[in-house]
Amino acid sequence: MRSIWRTLDRKVLADIGLACLAVFFIGLSYGAVAVASGFPLWVPAAQSVLVLAGASEFLFVGIVAAGGSPIAAALAGLLVNSRHLPYGLALPTGVTGRRWGRLLGTHAMNDESVVFALAQPDPERKRAAYWACGLGVVVCWPGGAVIGGLIGSAVHDTSAFGLDAMFPAVILALIVKDLRDTRMLRAAVAAAAIALAAIPFLPAGLPVLLALAAVLLLIREPAATRQPGPQPAVARAGSTP
Amino acid sequence: MKDTTLVVAGMGTLAAGTYAFRLSGQLLRARITLPPRATRLLEAAAVILLAALVATTALTEGHGFSGFARPAGVLVAGVLAWRKAPFLAVVIAAAAVTALLRLLGVS
Repeated sequence: MRSIWRTLDRKVLADIGLACLAVFFIGLSYGAVAVASGFPLWVPAAQSVLVLAGASEFLFVGIVAAGGSPIAAALAGLLVNSRHLPYGLALPTGVTGRRWGRLLGTHAMNDESVVFALAQPDPERKRAAYWACGLGVVVCWPGGAVIGGLIGSAVHDTSAFGLDAMFPAVILALIVKDLRDTRMLRAAVAAAAIALAAIPFLPAGLPVLLALAAVLLLIREPAATRQPGPQPAVARAGSTP
Repeated sequence: MKDTTLVVAGMGTLAAGTYAFRLSGQLLRARITLPPRATRLLEAAAVILLAALVATTALTEGHGFSGFARPAGVLVAGVLAWRKAPFLAVVIAAAAVTALLRLLGVS
């Protein structure tokens, strides 16, 4: 734990704190919505601890409240959460912890902890950022859900405060540095277009997965960085006598 | 709430399945040795997923359009982030612009 504070600079820690605060606010609205749709408090409380993935929990509560079967709601939620598989593939080994620590580190995998980890330059700082943000969300999401459920109707209309705009803004702010690369930006725009085009027709979660197809735009490396092959190396050697 | 047992079963399924997704990507990654290019592609894939997530959560609600207020807030946040504004300013601006537009009657 102590190494997290030593490894990350103040600015990154402050950013992580803010992202966790945003998670707390969304948790407030989740708890309030769940209780207002007729669930006892223990449902959002238990889900926020055990599932720890906001969008799928909102969806679960919404489907069941609308009269849907809880099993169908769980499957819909799983579809939304399937993006955690490619997240696990993207994280360097060791970031989520080793041995027993990894049990908790795996549970702490979410959009925010992954994006903060990816933004860090080296494995040590990736691990520290992942854990700082992951543990923050482990505390803030259930905390928000329970408090939201307790104060219920008082926070029901969170849309008036624009809190629903915070999640996409947090993620966007963190991937913007990747989008400065033209090829990455092109792929990201294609991904957004694919997901948006699919939204009216596919169940929640699938459009985002389908957007992964945009990776194909990146398969071909630009000629300049393709291979430090023998020819360019010789040419370079020749030009600097 | 209708049937507590069924709701608990649904919650258990969602929790266990989500944990399995979180674990399986890592296990796959640990099992195969990847060339550096593949590693970069996997990181890019995560960024692409996140970009799609930004687009869908900013612009849609359920299967339809979210209304103008939220994407406007996220757009302002995006411009600020592009111009390297502090993270705090970016996130507050998103909420503030969206709230202000709603106050003015823009959904």
